[in-house]
Amino acid sequence: MSFDVAVEKKLGDAEIAVAFKSFTGLTALLGPSGSGKTSILNMIAGLITPDSGHIIVGGELLFGNGTDVRPERRHAGYVFQDARLFPHLRVRANLLYGARRGVSRIGLEEVVDLFGLDQLLDRWPRTLSGGEAQRVAIGRALLSNPSFLLLDEPLASLDQARADEIMGMIERVRDELKLPILYVSHNQAEVDRLAAQVVAIRR
Amino acid sequence: MTLSPDDWEVIRLSLKVAIVGVVMTLPIAFGLAYLLARGRFPGRILLDAIVHLPLVLPPVVTGWLLLIAFGRTGPIGAWLDRWFGVTLMFRWTGAALAAAVMALPLMVRAMRLSIEAVDRRLEGAARTLGAGRWRTFATITLPLSLPGIFAGLVLGFARSIGEFGATISFVSNIPGQTRTLPIAIYTALQLPDGESNVVRLAIVSVVLSLGALVASEWLVRRQGGRAHVL
Repeated sequence: MSFDVAVEKKLGDAEIAVAFKSFTGLTALLGPSGSGKTSILNMIAGLITPDSGHIIVGGELLFGNGTDVRPERRHAGYVFQDARLFPHLRVRANLLYGARRGVSRIGLEEVVDLFGLDQLLDRWPRTLSGGEAQRVAIGRALLSNPSFLLLDEPLASLDQARADEIMGMIERVRDELKLPILYVSHNQAEVDRLAAQVVAIRR
Repeated sequence: MTLSPDDWEVIRLSLKVAIVGVVMTLPIAFGLAYLLARGRFPGRILLDAIVHLPLVLPPVVTGWLLLIAFGRTGPIGAWLDRWFGVTLMFRWTGAALAAAVMALPLMVRAMRLSIEAVDRRLEGAARTLGAGRWRTFATITLPLSLPGIFAGLVLGFARSIGEFGATISFVSNIPGQTRTLPIAIYTALQLPDGESNVVRLAIVSVVLSLGALVASEWLVRRQGGRAHVL
């Protein structure tokens, strides 16, 4: 099993309650914006704490039963919707920020090749386009030796051509690295193409 | 314009007092700024008010409070004297303490603003990448708040160079020990033939203060920072 999640969390006026189990490589969370998809990813990554429930990824208990693994120990490869690169570090340093967490199954050179980053390594994040930043963010997550990937609308800010390109890269990561992936989107077409299992989130 | 040996002594002393005062205050100010920016604890508002006290009190009152606390019979002064044989009274170290206390609120304010401006989501991203709290602080929070630390240093330095009221009431006006630039100017003003002294020292004050501002602005720009000291 890749993801076994059942969490409840009250955030202000909204209440998030979701439960799903998935057995496939890429699972999609599909739902309209404002339905709490990002909060679910944040809970799985350990950035916010659920009020109750459990989170098990790849057979490892991350939350529940009195356990609450710290975010830095969860080995989540989290790609944020806004890339969230560190503005004071060049692309190379951003890519390598998490790379000291053990030997990753993919190296810097492979990531640079896969995502076409060789021209970007010495650039500052603020000079990157949205698509470039998103590619760096995915590379950074992969280099941190993750046990699973959390992708939060990684194509949201991209035009169709760029989105297709990145989707192809995600497919390669899914098929070649065999990491469990949780993919958040509000776009049915993306989800149809990528996911074997879809979890629908309603508001 | 040539500076007399006495002028140079005043300048040297002023720089020493301001630099030592500000450097000693830096870690305390940063700790307080971090606490006030991020901490949620009872008494935070009170701590905030106490930190800001030197900004709103008449400096003479601050100096008098220092005198009470650090004087030879004061609670802290007596303790320092007994255990370390240290006295701050009428010494340049006392002037540095007065400068530090007066600079503290300005330094805390500048640093606090820049810590509050750090995007906490970046810290979250660092955590998911395997950085613990300490590494996240050292590699994300601290570098991103550097412009504010810098601004705090410059403001604190400028405030210390100009410090008058608290210094003169705490450690008096001792040539070579506590007679810093403003106090030397004030002393010269009291003398019938002090005019040329006043002019020279006033020019020095302007040069020092402007120099600090320009140097810091230049350093911040050279780092590629978008923040401004000015």
